[in-house]
Order: sequence, then structure tokens, then C-alpha cells
Amino acid sequence: MATKTLLDAKPGEEVIIKSLNHDGDSDLRRHLLGMGFVKGSKIKMEKVAPLGDPVKFKIKGYSVCLRKEEAKNIEIE
Amino acid sequence: MRELIVGLAGNPNVGKTTVFNQLTGMHQHVGNWPGKTVEKAEGHFEYDGVKFDIVDLPGNYSLSAHSIEEIVSRDFIVDESSDVIINVVDAANLERNLYLTVQMMELDANLILALNMNDFAKRKEHYINIDLMSELLGFPVIEIDAKHKEGFDELLKTTIHQANHPVHSSKKLVYGDELKEHLGDIQDLIEQDHVLSDVPSLWVAIKLLENDEIIVDKVKNAPHGKIIMDEVKKVDKHLYDIFKEDGEEIIANARYAFIDGLVKEVVSKPDIEKPSRTDRIDNIVTNRILGIPIFLIILYCMFQIVFSVGAPFEYLINQGFDAAGRFIISNFGNTITTSFLVDGLIGGVGGVVIFLPQIALMFLVISILEDSGYLARAAFVMDRVMHKLVGLHGKAFIPMILGFGCGVPGIMATRTMENESDRLLTMMIIPFMSCTSRLPVYALFIAAFFTAYQGQMLFAIYLIGILIAIIVAFILKRTIFKGMSSPFVMELPSYKIPSLKGVLLHTWEKTKDFLKKAGSIILVASIIIWILGYFPLGVQYADHQSLIGQLGSFIAPIFAPLGFGQWEPTVALLFGIVSKEVVIGTFSALFGSASGGIGIETAIHTIFTPLTAFVFMIFVLLYVPCFATLATIKQETNSWKWPIVMVMITTGTAYIVSFIIYHIGLFIGFT
Repeated sequence: MATKTLLDAKPGEEVIIKSLNHDGDSDLRRHLLGMGFVKGSKIKMEKVAPLGDPVKFKIKGYSVCLRKEEAKNIEIE
Repeated sequence: MRELIVGLAGNPNVGKTTVFNQLTGMHQHVGNWPGKTVEKAEGHFEYDGVKFDIVDLPGNYSLSAHSIEEIVSRDFIVDESSDVIINVVDAANLERNLYLTVQMMELDANLILALNMNDFAKRKEHYINIDLMSELLGFPVIEIDAKHKEGFDELLKTTIHQANHPVHSSKKLVYGDELKEHLGDIQDLIEQDHVLSDVPSLWVAIKLLENDEIIVDKVKNAPHGKIIMDEVKKVDKHLYDIFKEDGEEIIANARYAFIDGLVKEVVSKPDIEKPSRTDRIDNIVTNRILGIPIFLIILYCMFQIVFSVGAPFEYLINQGFDAAGRFIISNFGNTITTSFLVDGLIGGVGGVVIFLPQIALMFLVISILEDSGYLARAAFVMDRVMHKLVGLHGKAFIPMILGFGCGVPGIMATRTMENESDRLLTMMIIPFMSCTSRLPVYALFIAAFFTAYQGQMLFAIYLIGILIAIIVAFILKRTIFKGMSSPFVMELPSYKIPSLKGVLLHTWEKTKDFLKKAGSIILVASIIIWILGYFPLGVQYADHQSLIGQLGSFIAPIFAPLGFGQWEPTVALLFGIVSKEVVIGTFSALFGSASGGIGIETAIHTIFTPLTAFVFMIFVLLYVPCFATLATIKQETNSWKWPIVMVMITTGTAYIVSFIIYHIGLFIGFT
């Protein structure tokens, strides 16, 4: 089965984070961990920006936006 | 009298500044940390016979070693002898906010939690059991309402009490048995090393597992460094075998696990969160179809407010300076002193000060946009465009737009960008966004040469500026600022109605900064230019026989390939380095007398053709920004390197583009 990433979530859908890709940028990874992108966290895909990128998510009760480039490195269950 | 040093910490956008201003009144001063542009504000006041010294730390989400703000905050908590740390927390966004709290607990700080924005939490139907929360955390939790100044008595009383009876906030922090045991092993080794005894061993152990560069370096150089690092390596491997995660991830998991547990115990919230006011506003503001039009309308309104409200004030100030100049000349005659006062000081400094109303208004509007939470949305909406075109952030768009008003606030606004290289690149292209000072130059030349196409011409010049900015950014991103890609991760804060006091304070401080920075540099430049224009004695001020005139004649051939190799435009451009409106001032000084007062418009017809007039406008658009802008870059980067780089980039671009346009124009058949 292909791995699902945050990009596969539909607007309004809530998913659970499985892992953060390890070969990405380590600063970014640290940043995301601090923001609550940890294993088992619920994250809701909210909406895509008017021009198709970035994407807005809700995690731990607040809103954050990520570019698709970054979102595709986050695996979900 | 007893004196307490109290640190104020918290995430951005939690009302920290409001708490600070409520406590200290308007009497705070903002100081720069040496070498960096990170600000911490300090304020003093008295309460119940105790003198409070409050230090407002930069807003952070975390205390890692990866941004200056975070290091400033953690150095304060670790190194300075603060008595109490008040952690301001947004009650409506508890989980995210507690991440910082937990890290301060790791530092064993003498903490108090000030729970702010409880009305937001209640609106979301989140109910927090304050007593239970305080019990579980092991330190006081105080409910406050920063905006209406409620709960402050209790907060301050608790602070005084806490200063006398410090708590060990790390005591109740639990990170799961497996992690706890191994942290304990590392802690035992750390505690045997006297060099490392100044900070809590738990914190050092955690930082080592997180691979925090600053702490790893410190431990490596400690007497027992090798033994400790070997143990860390062992633990790291062991934990990886169990959890299949690295130290950083394990620690972040553990922190959030603690927070999740705590929040589950103390907060009751609805099963399904109802959409907040922020969600509802965002549905419109970042809407697929409406998002961009709304952004453009807001920009348009910003320009309108700045220019239409600012213009009458500008006119008044200008009238004031003119009157002062006439008063000086008519009462004291035309002497060296009056020339210095009128041509040098009033001409130079006044030329910049007249833009103060617009600059203050610009800051005011930005403060409102910033404090309300809209700017983050603008970056969200525009990111795609910026990213695709130049490889920059959506965040870079904001300073560029501000550059239309004035380069100074534009450059200051780059502070919102975390990535240093992106920030510098954005600064470098801001001068191409035509600022208001350049407008008088276009106005004169367009009126003289392009009467039939005034509007189109002006529009074309602004567009050329944007186009060149994008091209130059594109090139710079692939050369000087190469390879440093920056991911786009941005929190979108909740919308808030900005507080009047906060916005005014912001505006005043930034305007004052501008005055101070711009004032001193422009003063010096004006004096130098005045000297060059006045001497040698006996020549007409700024005549071709004056030093500046001779200099102009000497440099003029450089501009011959661009079509305007006469000494007058050269001098105007030289003067214009101080500030762009001086270009026009110079022309009026030069032609006002030399041509027997036939008017500048007629006079420039003798020098320029429509083609060279257009090329001259393009050169003015693109070449070196004013001294104020350069001074701001020096201030913001704390180095002369970047202002110099900017001078080279802008002048180089101006020359190349003007050259191309001039020769294409000649080729097509213009003269």
C-alpha cells in the first residue's frame, strides 16, 4: 500500500500523523515537531490557498499553513 | 526597597505586549540586543512597596538554539538572575502555548502561568479548571484579562510571594518511565561535573538528546565531556531501538504527551469544536475566489489612507519649512550662515521630514494589519506567486508593498521573515518598488514631456519597477543568495481587534526610530552637500563652478551613454542620493537662477528629449535608494556590507537597464 501523506487529506478531513519524513530539512523537522506535528497528533486539512498553494491545516487547536512541498513529507494513517 | 526582576515570556500573539504595557504604562523603552535586531523591552513600576523590573522577552514558541529570539529568551532564563518568570498563555490555544511552558519547566524556572484570553476560550466552550491545573503543574496559574486589566493584583501579589518562595517547576514534569530512567543516567554524570552545575541537569540531559549545538559544544569542552557524550550516544541508540525515533522526536513526543495528559485533565471542551470567529472571517478572507481581490482592496485602501490623509500634513510641514527659510533670509540676509541653515539644513533635513506624516501613517496602517492578524493571511494568499516567480516567501510580499510608500518601513518589515538570506534578498529588491519620494521627479518630467499619456506613463514606471524587482530577485536568488531554500511554515494567528494603545505605541516607536536614524545620517549628508555646493567662496550656490558643479562635470561623461551626460542632471542625481525629492530641488536651484527664471519645465527641454527624459526617470527609479534606506539597512543588518551591496546592485541595475532602454529607443528611431 502506498504511503498516505498530508496531501491526500481532503478539505475538512481530520487525519492522524504517522511520521515526519527523516531525510528532509532538519531545521524544518525540528520546527514542525515543536509545532505539534508529532506521532499520533490529529490534524485537520482546512483549505488550499486561492492560487493552489500553500495549504492551511488545523493542529492542536490552531491554524498553520504549509506548502504542498512540505506537506507531502508528512505521513498520515 | 525590595527590587524584583521579572521576565515576561510567552508565544507571539498571546497578549504579552498588552500585559507589559498595562503593567508599565507608556514608560518603557525598547532596547536592542547588541549585534542583533532582537528587541527586548524593559519597564519599571512599583507595587505594594516592591520595585518591579519587568523584561519583556521576545515572543517564542520554543527554546531551542535555532533562532536568535529563542536564544535571547533562554539566556535570560538560564543566565540572568531573574526572580520570577511570568509565562503569558493564550487560554484558547492551550496545547500549543504549553510547549514553551514545558521547556521552561525543564529549565526549572520559578514560573507563574498567566492565563490570558479566557473569553476566547469560553467562546470556544473550553472550560479550564484553574486549581487543578495549578496543582498538576506545581506552580501558580492566574487568570487574567490583559485588555481590561483584570487579575493583575493577584498576579503581582503571587509574583511577590513566589519571589520569596521559589518553586522548582521541573518537579511535576514527567516524561514516561523509559525516557525518565535514561535521562536520569545522563543527569547523574552531568551532576558530577562541576562546570555544568550552573544549569539544571535535567535540562542539559534533554538538550543533549535533542542534539542542541550550543549545549553539545559546552558539554564536549567540560572535564567529563567525553563520558557524558558516550552515555548520550548509548541512550540515543537504545531509545532508537525501542521507539524507532531519534532523540529530538522522542523529546517532542514526550512533551506533547505531558501536555495532552494535562489538557485532558483540566480542560473540558465540546466534542465537536464549533467554528470560531477567526474561522468564519478566514472563510471569506482566504476564500478561493475572494482572497486575492480582498488582498488588493486592502492594499489599495492602505495607499489611499497614507497618501490622502498624509498629503495635507505634508503640505503644512512644507509650508512651515518654506516660511522658516524665507523668514531667515529676509531677516538675516544672504550670508554663509543663512545659506547653511536654509539650503543645507532646511533643504536637506526638511526634505525628508516632510514625509514624516506619511511614514507615521504607513506604520499605523501596518500596525493595525499586523496586530489584527491579517498580514499573515496576505502572506498565505500571495505565497504561491512569490514562490513561483522568485523563489521567495509570501512573507516577502508585505515589505515590498510597503516599499511603495517608503523603503524604510519596507526594510523594517522584513523582520517578519525568519530566514536570514531571504530577508536580505527582500531588502535588496525593496528600492525597486518606487517610493513616494520619487513621485515628484516623475510628476515634473511627465508633465514636461508626456502630456498626452500622463497616467499610462506613471503606471508604466511603477510596473517597470516591479518587473525589475522580480528579475533582480530571480537573478540574486540564483547567485548571491543561492541554495538557501526556505520552507514555508507559518502559523495563522487568530484575528483580534487591535488595541488602540498598542497600535499607537507601535507607530510612535517606529516613527521615532525612523526620525533618529534618518535624521542623523541625512543631517550629515546635507552638511556635506551644502559645503560642496557653497564652496569655493563667491560662486552661486550649487552653480557649475561650485565644488559639486565641478564634481558633476567630472562625473557627467559616465552618463553620456545613457543620453544625459550634462553636469546638471549628474548633480541632481548626486544630490538625489540623499533623498529622491532632492533631484527636483536641485533642478529648481540650478535652473531657477541660471536660465533667468524661465521655469524648470522649459529649462529641462533644453537638456532632455522625450527619450532621454524617460531614461532619466528610469534611472531615478532604479538607482541607489536614499540615505535613510541605506541607514536602515545598516541598522537592521548591523553591517556596512549590505548597504554597500545594495548600492552596487541598484546602481548597476539602473545603469544597465537605462542603457538598454536608451539604445533600444535610439534604434527604434527616437532621438
